[in-house]
Amino acid sequence: MKKTRTSDIVISVCLYLVLLGFILFLDRTLPATDIALTVLKKGCIYSLVAVSMNLLNGFTGLFSLGQAGFMMIGGYTYAILTIPVEARDSVYQYFNGGIVRFSVPFWVGLIAAGIVAAIFAWLIGLPVLRLKSDYLAIATLGFAEIMRAFFQWDSLGVLTNGSNMLRKYPAFRSTVFPFVTASLCIGIIVLIINSSYGRAFRAIRDDEIAAEAMGINLAKHKRMSFCISSFFAGVGGALLAMYQTSIQAAPFKSAMTYEILLIVVIGGLGSVTGSCIGSFLFIACSEWWLRFLDAETTIGTFRVPLLRSGFRKVVFSVIIMLIVLFAQKGIMGNKEFSVSGIRDWLTKKKQKKEAGA
Amino acid sequence: MDFLSKNLPYLLAGISVGGQYALIAIGYTMVYGILRLINFAHGDIFTVAGLILIYATTILPLYISIPLTLVATVALGYIVERAAYKPLRNAPRMSVMISAIGVSYLLQNLALYITGGLAQTYPAIPFISNTISVGPATTKVVTVITPILTIILVIALMQLIGHTKIGMAMRAVANDFETSRLMGIKVDTVISMTFIIGSFLAAVGSILYFANYPSVIPTSGAMPGLKAFVAAVFGGIGSIPGAVIGAFIIGISENIIKGLGWTTFSDAFTFALLIIVLLVKPTGLFGEKATDKV
Repeated sequence: MKKTRTSDIVISVCLYLVLLGFILFLDRTLPATDIALTVLKKGCIYSLVAVSMNLLNGFTGLFSLGQAGFMMIGGYTYAILTIPVEARDSVYQYFNGGIVRFSVPFWVGLIAAGIVAAIFAWLIGLPVLRLKSDYLAIATLGFAEIMRAFFQWDSLGVLTNGSNMLRKYPAFRSTVFPFVTASLCIGIIVLIINSSYGRAFRAIRDDEIAAEAMGINLAKHKRMSFCISSFFAGVGGALLAMYQTSIQAAPFKSAMTYEILLIVVIGGLGSVTGSCIGSFLFIACSEWWLRFLDAETTIGTFRVPLLRSGFRKVVFSVIIMLIVLFAQKGIMGNKEFSVSGIRDWLTKKKQKKEAGA
Repeated sequence: MDFLSKNLPYLLAGISVGGQYALIAIGYTMVYGILRLINFAHGDIFTVAGLILIYATTILPLYISIPLTLVATVALGYIVERAAYKPLRNAPRMSVMISAIGVSYLLQNLALYITGGLAQTYPAIPFISNTISVGPATTKVVTVITPILTIILVIALMQLIGHTKIGMAMRAVANDFETSRLMGIKVDTVISMTFIIGSFLAAVGSILYFANYPSVIPTSGAMPGLKAFVAAVFGGIGSIPGAVIGAFIIGISENIIKGLGWTTFSDAFTFALLIIVLLVKPTGLFGEKATDKV
């Protein structure tokens, strides 16, 4: 493996700080409901979830479709634990205030969200991780659906509030919070990917039998990857719950997992920065840049045909299909966006020019 | 007798729903048998068939719009295969699956756009929407017709696969893709044919299924689609009789669970069944024994 230069790390950190400063600046100057801030907040959350899915699908080669389920578990855990005691009676109005009679600070709730999701992943992984490729995909999809049914079950209402929504838990208002939290989590994932565990994951992805022959414990590493991925999906779910300020089990359908999977594919399976870029593009396109397609427009007397509510999503899914069909590697392929990468690219270009001349 | 009169409606509904699942499940199992692809878009083709009938009946009489729906759905299945799966024939299996998810996303969004997100009222189809009484229970004619029609169609399909040239080609392609190509079988035609049959059965299933429901929304087909897939896995993916039996078992158990008052878990049950089957007997009830190639 090539060693990263210290100067590159310094430049990367500086770039990150500049980005942070820019977001802080936007956060201070723009009104809180501005669309740019919404995109940034949601983009950060989706980046985290997409990277966690990429760890599983892109780096370990486990095709799992349970991400929405783990997000839901994380979001619910966070909400259940952090609703202030005095607000519980009004939230759990049909269940006599629920059975949880305490509340914890938000950061404990965030970590707990990840841990509970990881525990569920461990339990689900025991039977499911023995399956391969498409069977694994269907089984994890099934588990996510079962979880959703359980969370809406009235008999568990004292805990999950049945099919009613949970609300009044602490949420964030500034954009900096999801940005810092998500980048911290993604940083940890990157460290894991670059560690010996990460190399074991990639070995499993490339060839299970060869990996096993090299002494990698398949079951252990698959389980580890599954739990880590779910941990961060849980944290992402908690962030999403904070962003929405209320949470309900109904939207965490398989459609949500599909969206995250498509983000991962657009960014490139096996590229962390690709997933982040993909998330921001996906959110920006669906919430902001393609909005004009939803509004009926007239240029002079000419009424532009087709433009009405919902057209944005059609155009958007056509673009996704084109990427899936004709650019199978996505934006980044399995490369990473990095300072050293850009420099190498520039020097190579220069060398080519010199060689040509 | 009291027990029977109480549970007969659920049993009848179960058999009927099972037949409808069976018609969808055949599409899954045939495509999987040949392409090793979970066609995630199949459930959405099923929904679109429902929507086509709704829009067709607003301008055309029923005796034209029903055949039109069948033809249009078949065309859609054919186009989806040609546009989204054929270019990826030599790509890794994961890419094709992602493409299928993409098609599903596209069809759902397209349906959302065309319907404007509103539930569309399904037309009452004379005769099959009428009510009749079976013993102590009253039900719609469609409930009784579905299992009969399903069995007739399945027998016809089995004859097609067992005794015609195209059926033989299908079996050959399912068995060994490369060799059958070497033997001069036009693999692409066979695959298209598979999608055509699958979509046709899904369209028939859709008419029968939605006749029981007042309206169609763009995501109506997602759940029956997934359940039909579970049925296909349960029966042994690649096996048509297996898919049909699996679908009937799932349809009946689901409605019995509803009858017991556990409606929340009727969906969860299906997936729990799937996971149990995958763990205990991954090849399903009638699946071929898969040899793991290293």
